[in-house]
Order: sequence, then C-alpha cells, then structure tokens
Amino acid sequence: MAENSKAASGVVGNVINWIDDRIPMTRVWNMHIAQYPAPKNFNFWYLFGSLAILVLVNQILTGIWLTMNYVPSAEGAFASVEYIMRDVEYGWLLRYLHSTGASAFFVVVYLHMFRGMIYGSYQKPRELLWLFGMFIFLALMAEAFMGYLLPWGQMSFWGAQVIISLFGAIPVIGEDLTQWIRGDYVISGATLNRFFALHVIALPLVLVILVFLHIVALHEVGSNNPDGIEIKHKKGTISEDEKPKFKFHEYYTDKKDIVDAIPFHPYYTVKDILGVAGFLILFCWVVFFSPEMGGFFLEAPNFEAANPLKTPEHIFPVWYFTPFYAILRAIPDKLMGVAAMGASIVVLALLPWLDRGSVRSIRYRCALHKWNIAQFVVTFVILGWVGATPQTDFKTILSQITTVTYFMFFVLLFVYSKNETTKPLPTRVTK
Amino acid sequence: MSNAPVDNGRRRFLTIATSVVGGVGAAGAAVPFIASWNPSERAKSAGAPVEVDISKLEPGQLIRVEWRGKPVWVISRTPKMLEEMKAHEGQLRDPASEEPQQLDSAKNPYRSKRPEIFVAVGICTHLGCSPSFLQGGFGEKVEGTEDGFFCPCHGSKFDMAGRVFQAVPAPLNLEIPPYTFIDDTTIIVGEEEGVA
Repeated sequence: MAENSKAASGVVGNVINWIDDRIPMTRVWNMHIAQYPAPKNFNFWYLFGSLAILVLVNQILTGIWLTMNYVPSAEGAFASVEYIMRDVEYGWLLRYLHSTGASAFFVVVYLHMFRGMIYGSYQKPRELLWLFGMFIFLALMAEAFMGYLLPWGQMSFWGAQVIISLFGAIPVIGEDLTQWIRGDYVISGATLNRFFALHVIALPLVLVILVFLHIVALHEVGSNNPDGIEIKHKKGTISEDEKPKFKFHEYYTDKKDIVDAIPFHPYYTVKDILGVAGFLILFCWVVFFSPEMGGFFLEAPNFEAANPLKTPEHIFPVWYFTPFYAILRAIPDKLMGVAAMGASIVVLALLPWLDRGSVRSIRYRCALHKWNIAQFVVTFVILGWVGATPQTDFKTILSQITTVTYFMFFVLLFVYSKNETTKPLPTRVTK
Repeated sequence: MSNAPVDNGRRRFLTIATSVVGGVGAAGAAVPFIASWNPSERAKSAGAPVEVDISKLEPGQLIRVEWRGKPVWVISRTPKMLEEMKAHEGQLRDPASEEPQQLDSAKNPYRSKRPEIFVAVGICTHLGCSPSFLQGGFGEKVEGTEDGFFCPCHGSKFDMAGRVFQAVPAPLNLEIPPYTFIDDTTIIVGEEEGVA
C-alpha cells in the first residue's frame, strides 16, 4: 500500500486516493500494521494474541451459522442440536469447530496471560492494557458459561444451576438476585432464552469492543518483549547509526527514538501465519479426531437432555473453569467459598499493583520469583485436575493446600518485589 | 453567538440540571429492561400445588414429584431411620431447625407432620444440586448413621430429616415445602392452611 496518501497513481492509486480523502485508510494501515514498530526479539510466547483473534473470528463465524438451525427453547434446544449434528449438511463440523473453538480460546488466552506474567507485561505503563485483558477474560468466561447452557443437556442444566446459585451466597439480596437472573424459580426456558440472547449478541459485541480497546492500548504504549526493557528512548538520545533502517510511522518516531524494532508487517504477519498454521494442525486434529477430548471439551452427561429432577452423579464445569471451581470447593462455607473464587480472579487483575518491582522479565529477576512462578503453574494445574475429578478426602486437602499456594504467589510477589535483587538489565534487547 | 460575558454560575447550573434530568431519565428507561428479567406471570402461575398418592409408598422408599419445577421428595422413614437421627445431633449445624427453612408445623425433631412421612425439597442449600439418597450406604460418610443424603456436587451431607451436617459447604437444612394431608394416603404439596 502507498507510503502516503498522495503518492499513489494509476487506477488503483486513484481509488486509494479517493478513499483516503474520505477516511484515513492508508494512515491507519501504516500506523498500526505496515509502519508499527514492534520489538525484534519476539519469541514463541508472542503468537497467542493473534491466535486469540483467529479463534474469535472462528467463534463468530461458526456461531452465526449455528444460530441458523438452533432452536432457543427448553422444548426444542436439545433436539435442534441433534438435528444440527445429524441432518444439517456439515452441521457436525460447524458445531465441533465452535465447541473445540471454545476450549481453544481458553488455551490460547491462558498462554497469552502466562506470557504477560513471565515477562512482566502488566507492569507500568501497561496496567490498563492488562486490565482490558482481564475484562476480556471475564467476558469470555461469561460467554463460555452461557454458551454451555444452550445445548440443554444434563451438564448444561446442572452446571448453570450451580453457577447461578453462586450469586445466592451474597447476603440479603442473593436469593432475589438468582431468581432475577434465572427469570424463574429454577433454570427454565426463560433462562435459556436470555442466555441465548446474551451469548449471540450482547457478549460478542462487548468482546469485540474490548479486543479493539486492548489493541488500541497496546499500540499506544507499545509491546513489551522477552527482555522486558524499553525499546523506545527519549528523543535525541539515540544516534542515527543505531536506529533501525526501517520506516516507522511519525506518530511513534516524533515522540521517541526507537531501537531494536521491526515493522509489524511483513515481519510479524509472516511469523503469525506460521503460528496459525501450527495452531490449525493441532486444532483440526481435535475437531476431526477427538472433538469431545475424552470428556474434557464436551462432557458425557451432556448427551442426555436436561432433567431438572435428577443431578448427574458427578458434575464438573468444563476444564477451563476447574481451577477456580476447585477453589470454591476447597472451602466448606458457602459465602467464603464464593468469595475466595471471586478473589482468585480479582487478584490477577491487581497484578500490576501487587508487583512492586521495576524489572519486568523473568530473565533478570530473582531466583525466588522463578520458583514462585513455577509453583503457581503447578498449583494451577493441580487445581484444574482436582476441580475436574470427583471429590475425595485427599483431594479436598490437596485443593485447600493449592488454594493457599495460589494466593501465596501474589503475597510473596508483593513482599519480595519491593527490594528484589535482580540481575543487571541489558541496554539493548538480546536474542 | 452573543458577545455577552460568560456567566459561569448559570452555565454550571444548566450543566448540573441537564445531567440530573438526563440521569433520572436514563434510570427510568432502565426499569423495563431490568424488570423484564423477573419471572413472568406465566412462570409465577406455574407454581400450582401438586397431589401425591402415597398409598403404595414402601417403608424406606423415596418418590420424587415436581413442584414449581423443583424435585420434591416424599419418603417413608422406617423406625430404624427415626431412631438413628437422635445419635448424631451433636454433629449438625441446626439440629433444632432454628433457621426458617420450614413452617412451624414442621419445626420438630423429625421436621415433618407425621414422623414416618418426610417431605422435603430435594435441592441442596449450597448451590442447588439434587442430593443422592444413600439408603444403607451413608455409613461411610457419617459413622453410625446408615441412611442419609449426600450431594454429589460438593459433598454436603444431610440426615433423614434433611438436617445439614457440620463442616460441609451447605449452610442450611433442606427446605420443607408447605404440604397438607388431605387423607391418610394423599398429600398436597404446595398448600397448607394459612399458606398459599
């Protein structure tokens, strides 16, 4: 595309000029893609943001097509999903792309968040960027939860029953609130219909707007990188020899001297395409060979229509909620259990303020930080496992221990980050 | 544009007045959107009482009926079950049914109108799952008590009067619905003298 709006010529150029006089197409393309300066040392961990967008597009597309045959009513929902699976041409594929996409969304989002944690991408000045990300995570959880009710299977029904009842733990207004959310004394067609409306219109709209804000905030502060050091320096402090020989948009170069950067396009568009290819190989393997993923992506009781009189013997949320669900189950008190589960998510959002350090990347932080992150990963996996399997006395104790270690991550971080012994930071990005 | 000097006081007054009126309007406009989520008239009227025939109920048996979309249990308790209930009162959260989970007519040690017939809403007071009736198999959950209810979701335990044990997530005893014996073998669930 043209470097600036008046340089283009020929028929295509004239069309571009005509558009550029009316909407800043070329300017936005250059500012955010072709002349956007990104650190040159992005690694594997930087693939998951673009993959999350890919999955979002997949969910929106397959979701729109699913609504064309889905019937949002207590009488018709379960049968219409079976109809999609058996009678609609390629209906099975559209549904499996959508159901696998839901799990894939959480896989890439969890990896994306983990990247932010190890490289300190939430630290100043990227706090708001991190908060928008946490709002995306919340909206995504609501979206996934409401979507799981729609097939109207046993797990849909009882899962929703449990999650909506969580609000009943709120003192005084709890009971009325749950009734207001359900629109009935129990989960019913009224609940199904409103969840459908929120799932297909309201929350996707919120998600898309939040993703837009997330990217705007990212481009304003610039990407962090695996070294966690700034690539944008005070104007006039970098000699011309040191600056990269690429053309970056004046919006960035007028304010700062930029080193160790490459334009997002074509360098990272090409890299992201490689990530997309690798992702699609794994994704398609699941879609075609294991769409239920051994009961983790689609649970067995959900192949039975919802029955309000009979709770399945074991009920679990889908795998992406199980770590938080295990925290809920660990505490033998209704209100405290719900509060702890809520706190486990809120505390993540507070990470920019709990980490009082100024060195961002795990590469240059103290050994305790590395151990702390390692124990957090182990804790998260154990919680996920405990939350996805039947409760025993041993697992109750295990979930209580890991609930403590989950919160200890944040407490320890807050304590040692104040006067942390860090390694010297490089002045320029390394590999 | 007039060239008159700016009257900041008037400007502030107009800004505040406009904001307040606009805010009231927005709040008023939100009412129908929020209120439309409440149970509809049809949902409310679906809560009619149900009649249960207990003439064929065997001792120790549980039958489920649906009332307001919820499972209601009707159980014929054996003398042994009634006897067991006294043993573990020290392990219960609310042995004397102080919390208003029942009408006064069921505020007694058996939480029922007749000791042998137990009627309860089969919904766990924790997060709304339906507990399983462990007949003769409850001993591994609570020592010395052969029968009881165990919630598969989060492990809450209730005795044969629906009283919750300590150290489980459920905070309250099971709810006892209003009910009436219209004759020896028929119960109406959802209706009791003085209660709609």
